[in-house]
Amino acid sequence: MRHLFSGGVHPADGKALTAEAPLQTVPAPDQVVIPLRQHIGAPCQSLVQVGDHVCMGQKIGDGEGLCVPVHASVSGTVTAIGPMPHPGGGTVPAITIRNDHQDTPAPFTPCPDPENLTAEELVRIIREAGVVGMGGATFPTNVKAGGAVGKIDTLIINACECEPYITSDDLLLQTRPEDVLKGVRLLRNALQPKDTVIAVEDNKPKATAALQAHLSGFEGIRIQVLPTRYPQGAEKQLILAITGRQVPPGKLPGDVACAVFNVHTSAAVYDAVYEGKPVIRRIVSVTGEAVAHPQNFLVPVGTSFAHLIAAAGGLKDAGRIISGGPMMGFAQASADVPVVKGTGSILCLPGARTVEHPTCIRCGKCVEVCPMHLLPVYLNTACQSRDLASLDRLHLTDCMECGCCAYICPGHLPLVETFRAGKKAMKEANK
Amino acid sequence: MNFPVTSSPHIHSRENTSRIMADVCIALLPALVVGVLQNGSRTLTVTLTSILTAVACEGLFRLLTRKHNTLPDLSAVVTGLLLAMTLPAAVPYWVAALGAAFAVLVTKGLCGGLGQNPFNPALAGRALLMLVFPVYLTRYPAPGTMLPLGSTADVVTSATPLHSMQMPALPENSLLDLLLGRTGGYVGEVSALALLLGGAYLVYRKVISPRIPLCYVGTVAVLTLLFHKTDSALSWMLCSVFSGGLLLGAIFMATDYASAPVTPMGQMIYGALCGLLTVVFRYTGLYPEGVTYAILLSNAAAPLIDRWTAPVRFGTQEGGQTE
Repeated sequence: MRHLFSGGVHPADGKALTAEAPLQTVPAPDQVVIPLRQHIGAPCQSLVQVGDHVCMGQKIGDGEGLCVPVHASVSGTVTAIGPMPHPGGGTVPAITIRNDHQDTPAPFTPCPDPENLTAEELVRIIREAGVVGMGGATFPTNVKAGGAVGKIDTLIINACECEPYITSDDLLLQTRPEDVLKGVRLLRNALQPKDTVIAVEDNKPKATAALQAHLSGFEGIRIQVLPTRYPQGAEKQLILAITGRQVPPGKLPGDVACAVFNVHTSAAVYDAVYEGKPVIRRIVSVTGEAVAHPQNFLVPVGTSFAHLIAAAGGLKDAGRIISGGPMMGFAQASADVPVVKGTGSILCLPGARTVEHPTCIRCGKCVEVCPMHLLPVYLNTACQSRDLASLDRLHLTDCMECGCCAYICPGHLPLVETFRAGKKAMKEANK
Repeated sequence: MNFPVTSSPHIHSRENTSRIMADVCIALLPALVVGVLQNGSRTLTVTLTSILTAVACEGLFRLLTRKHNTLPDLSAVVTGLLLAMTLPAAVPYWVAALGAAFAVLVTKGLCGGLGQNPFNPALAGRALLMLVFPVYLTRYPAPGTMLPLGSTADVVTSATPLHSMQMPALPENSLLDLLLGRTGGYVGEVSALALLLGGAYLVYRKVISPRIPLCYVGTVAVLTLLFHKTDSALSWMLCSVFSGGLLLGAIFMATDYASAPVTPMGQMIYGALCGLLTVVFRYTGLYPEGVTYAILLSNAAAPLIDRWTAPVRFGTQEGGQTE
C-alpha cells in the first residue's frame, strides 16, 4: 500500500544543470572560516588560539550540552577567532585558518571492528566526528541516534532531495553508494529497527541504480523510490510515505517509532567509523541560471561561497545567492560566507522579479498545495490583522515554511514571510 | 558585493492573476461564439458594452479611491463578460451598462476590490437588473433571429426551454438542440456543449477544480431525477441540466474564487447547496430560473462552510501511534 501526502507542488527542478556534472575538487582555498556553531544547539568553545598551527581534521571547538565539535578542514595557522557571517543568518563566532596547503592530517583512527560496535560506542564516535543532520537541519546526529536506540521500528534514510536544483545527495549516491550503505548498516546495527528504508525520488535513476548495484550483502536494507513531488523529503511527509503514520503536531519522528537521517549523514557516519575522519568535507552543488558553469564540488567545510562561485566560472548575472534550495534556502547578502556542514548547495538565481501589489484573489490554490493541511488564505488574513486567536485556531505553528503556498500563489503574496512574522507575534504573546 | 536578501521561496510558479482571468475569458469564447451565431452581431455589441463599462468603472473607482491601477489583472473584463453572458442579446445597451457598473462599483469595489467581494459581482449585477428591469431581461429573441444593432423594441420574443418546463412539460427542443444551443435564452447559456468545453478547459488549466461544478450539477441531476415532473424522469433530468443557466452558473459563476469556499470539502457542500437551492427556486419560484439567487445565497454561506470544513490537521487523523 502506498501512502502519499496530500498537497505539494512540482516546481521545474533545475537539476539537469548539475545532475550529470561529475564531482570536482576545487583549488584549495587560501583560508577557511569554521563557524563554532554548525548545528542546532549551543555553540562550541574554541580549543585553539590565534597563531596556533592546526592539522586537517583536528578538533578545534567543542562544548557541553546540545553541542557537537567542529574540526579544522585544512591544515594551517589560526589567524582570527571572532564573529563572522553565517549562511544561516546573522553572525556566529568562527575560527579563521590560513591554509598552509600541506593538508597535514591529524591522526585518524579507524574503528577496528565496525560491524560489532555497540550503540553507545557509535554514538560517542559520531559525536566526536561532529556529525550533524547534513540535509540542512543540522541537528546533532549523536543525540538523534542515541535517543532512538530501542525505540524505533523504522529507520529511514532520506535521499529524496526534493528541493529543486540541488544534486549533492544524487552525486553522493552515484559516487559512494557502498560507503552510504555501510553507514546505513552502522545506524541499523545500533538502532535495531525492523525496517530500514532508503527513500529516493524517482528523478534520480542513476543514484537508485548505483545503490541497487551494491545492495546485495546489505541485509535488511531496502530502497523505496517515491514519486517526485516537493516536499517529499520533509520529515513528516516522508514518514507518511514510508510507513503511513502521521507525526502528530508538535511531536517528533520518535513518537511514531521512526528515525530519519539524511543520506549525507549516513556517509558521514561511515567516514567517522570506518575512516576515523570527522566532518570536514562535503559535496556542494554550485548551481542556478546565474552561474556560468554549474558544478558539483567536494569542498572543505569553511570554504567561502565566493571561492566556489569563482571556481564555477563566476556569475553571469548579478542576481541572488541562496544557501540551500530555492524553496527553503536562505538568501545571502554577501558571498563571503563559509560552507558549513549543512550546506548542500549554493544557488545563484537571476534577479528577483518584484510584484508591486500582491493581492489575494482567494483562489484557494494555497489550500490545495499545503502539505500540512492548513488554510494559508485564512492564516494570511489573520496575520495581517494580528488576530492571534485565529492564528492559534488555524494552527499556524504546524506550518513548516516549505513555501508551497507562496510558490503557487497567483497573487504573489509573500506568505512564508508573513507566516514567520505571525509565528514571531504568537511567540511574543506567549512570553 | 551585496545581493538582495529576499524571503524563501526564491522561485515562483507561472501562476498569476491575469493569466487566470485571461483563461476564464478564453473558456467563455465558445459560448459567446454560439451566441453570436444565434442572434448576430448585437450579441457582441452587448457584450462589449458590458465589458467596457466594467473596465471603465474599475479604472475610475481605483482612480477616485487613489489605489493602484488594477486593470492589468483583467478581473474587470471577466466581470463584464460574465454579466453579458447572463443577459438576453436584445437587452438595451444602457441596461447592460448599468448592471456592469453596479457589479464593479458596488459588489466588488465597495467590498474592498479583487478577492474581497462576498458575492459574485456579475450575478449581483444581474440580480439588480432582474429586480428593477425584469421586462428587459425576459425578452428572449427566437433562435436564429438576427437582431438589429439599434432598438430591439419590435423584436419577436420566444419562450425558453425553462418556460415550458415551468408548465411543467418537456421543452419542444430536442436534447441536441439544448447541447448545440438552438434554443432561446441568454447570450452565454444556450449551448451546453460550448459551456462544457469551456469548463473542461478551465479544469485542464487548473483554473478551477471540478468539485463545485460536479457537485452542483450532480445535485440538480439527482433531485430532478427523484422529483421529476414529467413521465420520463431521465428526459426531465437531462433537460433540467442542459437548459437555462445551470451550466453557466455551475462552471463559471459558482466557481468565482472570492465568493466560494476554499476547502475541498467545503466546495463540495457548497456545490450541493447551490444545486439544492436551484431546484427549489426553479420548482417553487415565480421565475423559471433559479441559478442566480441560488448562487448568491450560497455565496453568503461560503465563509461559514469554510469554517465548518477546515481540513483535518496533519497528524491528528490516522497513524501517529507507536505499535
